[in-house]
Amino acid sequence: MADANALLQLVPRAEGKQSMKDFKSDQEVRWCPGCGDYAILAAVQGFMPQLGLAKENIVFVSGIGCSSRFPYYMNTYGMHSIHGRAPAIATGLAASRRDLSVWVVTGDGDALSIGGNHLIHALRRNVNLKILLFNNRIYGLTKGQYSPTSEVGKITKSTPMGSLDAPFNPVSLALGAEASFVARTVDSDRKHLTEVLRQAADHPGTALVEIYQNCNIFNDGAFDALKDKQQAEEAVIRLEHGQPIRFGADGAKGVVRDAGTGDLKVVTVTPDNEADVLLHDAHAASPSTAFALSRLADPDTLHHTPIGVLRSVERPVYDTLMADQLDTAIQQNGKGDLAALFAGGDTWTVVG
Amino acid sequence: MTSQVSSPAEQADGTVVGEQRQPAGAKDVRRLNRVIIRFAGDSGDGMQLTGDRFTSETASFGNDLSTLPNFPAEIRAPAGTLPGVSSFQLHFADHDILTPGDAPNVLVAMNPAALKANIGDMPRGAEIIVNTDEFTKRAMQKVGYDTSPLEDGSLDGYHLHPVPLTTLTVEALKEFDLTRKEAERSKNMFALGLLSWMYHRPTEGTEKFLKSKFAKKPDIAAANIAAYRAGWNFGETTEDFAVSYEVAPAAKAFPPGTYRNISGNLALAYGLIAASRQADLPLFLGSYPITPASDILHELSRHKNFGVRTFQAEDEIAGIGAALGAAFGGSLAVTTTSGPGVALKSETIGLAVSLELPLLVVDIQRGGPSTGLPTKTEQADLLQAMYGRNGEAPVPVVAPRTPADCFDAALEAARIALTYRTPVFLLSDGYLANGSEPWRIPETGELPDLTVQFAQGPNHTLDDGTEVFWPYKRDPHTLARPWAVPGTPGLEHRIGGIEKQDGTGNISYDPANHDFMVRTRQAKIDGITVPDIEVDDPDRAKTLVLGWGSTYGPITAAVRRLRAAGEAIAQAHLRHLNPFPHNLGDVLKKYDKVVVPEMNLGQLATLVRAKYLVDAESYNQVNGMPFKAEQLATVLKEAIDG
Repeated sequence: MADANALLQLVPRAEGKQSMKDFKSDQEVRWCPGCGDYAILAAVQGFMPQLGLAKENIVFVSGIGCSSRFPYYMNTYGMHSIHGRAPAIATGLAASRRDLSVWVVTGDGDALSIGGNHLIHALRRNVNLKILLFNNRIYGLTKGQYSPTSEVGKITKSTPMGSLDAPFNPVSLALGAEASFVARTVDSDRKHLTEVLRQAADHPGTALVEIYQNCNIFNDGAFDALKDKQQAEEAVIRLEHGQPIRFGADGAKGVVRDAGTGDLKVVTVTPDNEADVLLHDAHAASPSTAFALSRLADPDTLHHTPIGVLRSVERPVYDTLMADQLDTAIQQNGKGDLAALFAGGDTWTVVG
Repeated sequence: MTSQVSSPAEQADGTVVGEQRQPAGAKDVRRLNRVIIRFAGDSGDGMQLTGDRFTSETASFGNDLSTLPNFPAEIRAPAGTLPGVSSFQLHFADHDILTPGDAPNVLVAMNPAALKANIGDMPRGAEIIVNTDEFTKRAMQKVGYDTSPLEDGSLDGYHLHPVPLTTLTVEALKEFDLTRKEAERSKNMFALGLLSWMYHRPTEGTEKFLKSKFAKKPDIAAANIAAYRAGWNFGETTEDFAVSYEVAPAAKAFPPGTYRNISGNLALAYGLIAASRQADLPLFLGSYPITPASDILHELSRHKNFGVRTFQAEDEIAGIGAALGAAFGGSLAVTTTSGPGVALKSETIGLAVSLELPLLVVDIQRGGPSTGLPTKTEQADLLQAMYGRNGEAPVPVVAPRTPADCFDAALEAARIALTYRTPVFLLSDGYLANGSEPWRIPETGELPDLTVQFAQGPNHTLDDGTEVFWPYKRDPHTLARPWAVPGTPGLEHRIGGIEKQDGTGNISYDPANHDFMVRTRQAKIDGITVPDIEVDDPDRAKTLVLGWGSTYGPITAAVRRLRAAGEAIAQAHLRHLNPFPHNLGDVLKKYDKVVVPEMNLGQLATLVRAKYLVDAESYNQVNGMPFKAEQLATVLKEAIDG
């Protein structure tokens, strides 16, 4: 990841040693008691000192929603913008200021409903942004309508007879949008969350991290299948680059490729098929296998939900390319000269 | 005045292009003080290019000029049809002129549709040059001519020149290795050559232009130059054209200086680059393509060596969003669009009002509502710019008055945005955007100083003596808040669209604070320093005509006509629509009658009536075209007499 280091080096380093406290703002945190957002905030504040970046060069940009209050609680630069537009605003900031580490905090409604267009275009451009998508599968701030990640048939105030529309799988969506880094983690697993954030921060370009986040008021227990120790063993597929994709009690289950369809499937691992278990390759050039992995999850029961870094590949970063074009233009044409610009083309002189 | 034209240039292949041609002098030459020409043809006939070239020749000759391109929204409308007609009108004179002219003296009609679509604007006695090759039965029937207008006597009142332009062009190019179709394409250059002969235009610029435009296709360049020369020679030799005309350079119209011809969109783009230089801030444009604003995106994208970043966004909202993000980061941020785009950007403009960050919103107005008339002009976004947001969200509004004035207006909009930390509307329109006129190129030393000071350290002391940074602690004079850009140590702060506590900028739902902040944001805009409006009133008139934006040309031309006829009328023209100049109320109250011509249904009239309780009379036109001077002169005469 030579390029990654080069990009991160554009952001000034902190002078002294930082602590979690340095990243806490003086504002009182106002999420509902028990909200999963607290855990994520603590993880991010705790993780920031590991990055060692000057905190005045870190910016958090958010849209609208419960999660989007996040910037107020970070003692960095921050902007709480308007619904769905954070990736667009952050794109302008990151593209014009390569010395900044720009983070977007968004939710399933903000990023995938009203702001879906900006999200996919940020991903395809590969702007140097770290997007944290808090997915609680519900609208919290507007008090409990279904969201674009809610399961079909969700009973909410706006869908008393059940929601009709099929949900997005944010990881599948991001992979389809040409994302160069896609990961998924869970609010309650601090260690896993921190490790994923670290990899996202190191990634040159847009990193999308979907964070399953519990809304204990309007959608409590939405991710219990992944959190309850006994259930989780069967439900969660932990991905680690270079490791065989196995899960379940004692790794009894594994993911193999179906020779007939080319798709992936879950099997009970036996000595006969053990060699067929897929090794996870987050750096695979093609996103096809990562996409197939993302489709293993059952949207209703969450069984076979992969977490970890599904994809992490290097490709040209938008802000770098943009800066390179400016440099090239200066090399080719010299630094802009206003008088020469104005006088371009046919001129004539009037003497008094 | 002297007109200095560059000498002919010898090319690498030894040929000389750009040699000045002069009429041989065997024919009558008449002097005119002004001429209006209209080129009209199919949208694929190259009429805009032809008009542009004639304009450049005219500019380099030193005439004053004003242009009006008029073209359909379709890229290639069905050939030979009325909706497919594209035209270019040029008014040039030996004196100072203000409009592209009401009624052309000459029409070049490349086909029956062009004749039919434009004949209604031609005064009797005008010269009409038609390409007879295109007047086939089928082509004429397509536009509803049952009999040939060239033969049925319907054009008897005009001075008709039937010229087989296509045949002559193909004949002139027979030595070239071109298909007939390729040769025919040069017929616009033949027509340009003919008109250049008729009006003694300098030719070297066009020959150079063709050489460089087709640098990679030297055969095509040579063919076009040959067609152009053939057109000139045709005028020189044929008996049908017995007279050519001279329009002397506009010696007294221009103060000394170096000039060039410039369109409104180009002048606006240059103004933005100049503003970035004068502010010493990088320019960031976030934009989504839309007619008639896209040319600014194109132009700025060519100047990356000025540190200009252009971002073609996924939509209008992302265009302004990215610009606002760049503004937060310390760029001079701009978004360019037209009316429908403004509608989409409204919420972000409101955020910019709340964040109090500098941002230029350039609206090249076009016919509305909805998609409306994309390639036609209108001034109907004024109230959208003033009020088109939720909540109390005041935004300054600046409007250029002529194509060249777009340069100065852009600098002025940037001054307000940077000084007061606010989004600013720059309201141009399709007529200014595509029209052109001579522009005196400013010396860079004449440009205003727009430098800004970013916040560098704490600006507030708490009761306990702690030094802190308050993002919403205002400058007592301008009420602007500090601009603290990320990367500045110790000034980390959070801003957002939720109401903020005065001073600290922290979220506040306090009723009294909200009331205070709403009034403060309004007071900041109301308190912007703008120059007083100047009134041109040499005769102590009782009637005032008040305009804004691109109506300046036709209003001023109408006022001149009235004064020449002995009428007394006062004129004032607004550049600042929000806030209005401080003296505007007093000015309006001095006159018995105030007439406000607008290309909308009375939006400025509504504003001045509401603010000053003045019984302003509206005169409105919303047909996608600028006012004509004669039309306004008639209306203003009625107002004076009424």
